[in-house]
Amino acid sequence: MSRYTPPKQSKAGQIFDIAVVVVAIFVALWLPLKMGLAGAAKSIDALDATTWEALGQNPTMASIWEKLGYTPETAHDIIQNRFHYVIDWPTLIIMAAVLIGYFVFLFRASDREYRDVINEKFDDK
Amino acid sequence: MTITLEPAIHGDRVSLLRVLGPAHVWALGVGIVLVGEFTGWNFAADKGGALAALIVCWIVGLLYTSVAMIDSEVTSTVAAAGGQYAQAKHIVGPLMAFNVALFLVFAYTMLEVSDAILLGDTIVAKAAVEGLNHNAFIAATIVVLAWLNYRGVLMTLNVNFVITAVAYVSIVILFFSVSPWTQGAVLKLNELVTPGNALPYGWIGVIAAFQFGIWYYLGIEGTTQAAEEVRSPARSLPYGTMAGMITLLIAAAMTWYVCASLMPWEYLGITYYPLWDAAKLTGSPLLENLLFIATLLAALASANGCINDAARAWFSLGRDRYLPSWFSAVHPRYRTPYRSILFLLPIALAFAFIADLNQAITFSILSGVLQYTFMSINIMMFRKKWPLGSIQRGYTHPFHPLPAIVLFCLCVVTFFAIFLGFGSQLIAMVAFYFLISLWFHFYRYKFVRRGDQFTMPWPKPQGY
Repeated sequence: MSRYTPPKQSKAGQIFDIAVVVVAIFVALWLPLKMGLAGAAKSIDALDATTWEALGQNPTMASIWEKLGYTPETAHDIIQNRFHYVIDWPTLIIMAAVLIGYFVFLFRASDREYRDVINEKFDDK
Repeated sequence: MTITLEPAIHGDRVSLLRVLGPAHVWALGVGIVLVGEFTGWNFAADKGGALAALIVCWIVGLLYTSVAMIDSEVTSTVAAAGGQYAQAKHIVGPLMAFNVALFLVFAYTMLEVSDAILLGDTIVAKAAVEGLNHNAFIAATIVVLAWLNYRGVLMTLNVNFVITAVAYVSIVILFFSVSPWTQGAVLKLNELVTPGNALPYGWIGVIAAFQFGIWYYLGIEGTTQAAEEVRSPARSLPYGTMAGMITLLIAAAMTWYVCASLMPWEYLGITYYPLWDAAKLTGSPLLENLLFIATLLAALASANGCINDAARAWFSLGRDRYLPSWFSAVHPRYRTPYRSILFLLPIALAFAFIADLNQAITFSILSGVLQYTFMSINIMMFRKKWPLGSIQRGYTHPFHPLPAIVLFCLCVVTFFAIFLGFGSQLIAMVAFYFLISLWFHFYRYKFVRRGDQFTMPWPKPQGY
């Protein structure tokens, strides 16, 4: 197999490639933050009565909350802020399909490139 | 030992210095991870309750034991800068290597961001001055540590060794100061973790807690980034990694026991400083100040190690022309990948100012879990392409393929856990990796020299 000689990349080309990667990184990480998609869904299950007992806290727990500087009123939103785990099946299926598709593409395309590498490396000898 | 930094002779290829021993490998791995005991793991309690945080501490410990076993075998055989990147390049192929390097850079840069936020918030909380903002502390942390990394790896990891050891000892001191063998005096586990509140969301909460359970140990695999800078990779890397994992398992168990015995789970799940809060609740000013300092040191050690690792992964991409070769420059005097260090600096700064702590942690975890999924498949391919006896291995891990299967299954569970809280972020990040992979495969790969990608003195892989 003939040895592959890559083209020489110009300085402008290198700068453009760096810019592409930087923009991609910011879009991937910043966009979910900007669109408010980041973060788990929690909501406060409000209670009318705000006593330690109503909040499900025993005397030991209550004494620690007070040591930390909380009253039943100020601790209410922390204690009652709960996750509500609901499996959204369409989103789960999309996530699974995206993940599986990504890994399948990764391994198949890598294998094609790897065969070039191995052929060139070992056919040279 | 004295290291003389001599300028490189013009025209010679400048290489990284081989100056590190097993203690530095331990310091790099544990230094990156130990901050997870000081913040982050406790968000697992928020997602599933205090008992869920303990269950995932053990199960995720099993995941990372598998990671350490697999990593020790592959790294002791493929000892090159870039760690898992170099492994992927030799075992799977260039596109996978490109992705793995990006996983590493994202995981470590976002971990560095989390560390800097923690450090800034901790100082602001301690100062208790109205209007004091954490931004200046965050910027100073990232810039000073980048400078330290710029100046040399030996100094960087010597600093890491000392501050990691101090932070670790503080956890041990806290543990023994609260009479862990006696319940009721200081610790009140029975009254805080009751049958009624141990698993407030049931078993779905335990699965959800996997997401932040990863934070107990995330980054231990970073030991492999030092492969080209250790004096004896085949000995130092497995030894340093396994010793680091044992150290962390002990620290995680002590941390959970003390914190769950001192705080209600609802508070434990939201605090940014579980160990510092635990020290405050003992009523001892000495312990409170010790854990305050240890929290800062753990954050510094972790950010320091993360800059080291992310820069080496980015440097490796440039050296192999997966990214512009401009990044592959080694400083002629300090022998560090200085352009990569400087390039990643503003990215870390930018995200430190726009993301909050648990978002930055989630970004880091996502890239970490993608990488562990790769590792479970990678070891299978490694054993298939070069069966035992066909090449010299520095270390051979036992019970193959059980660790790989365990690792893969736990990764699937963790993806589901991330879906339960941060599914949109997971889809966005995988979409990014997919698009950037298309860019690499159909465009950037043309600049890569094919045969040069395989540098190990091994026979042709079986099946090729």
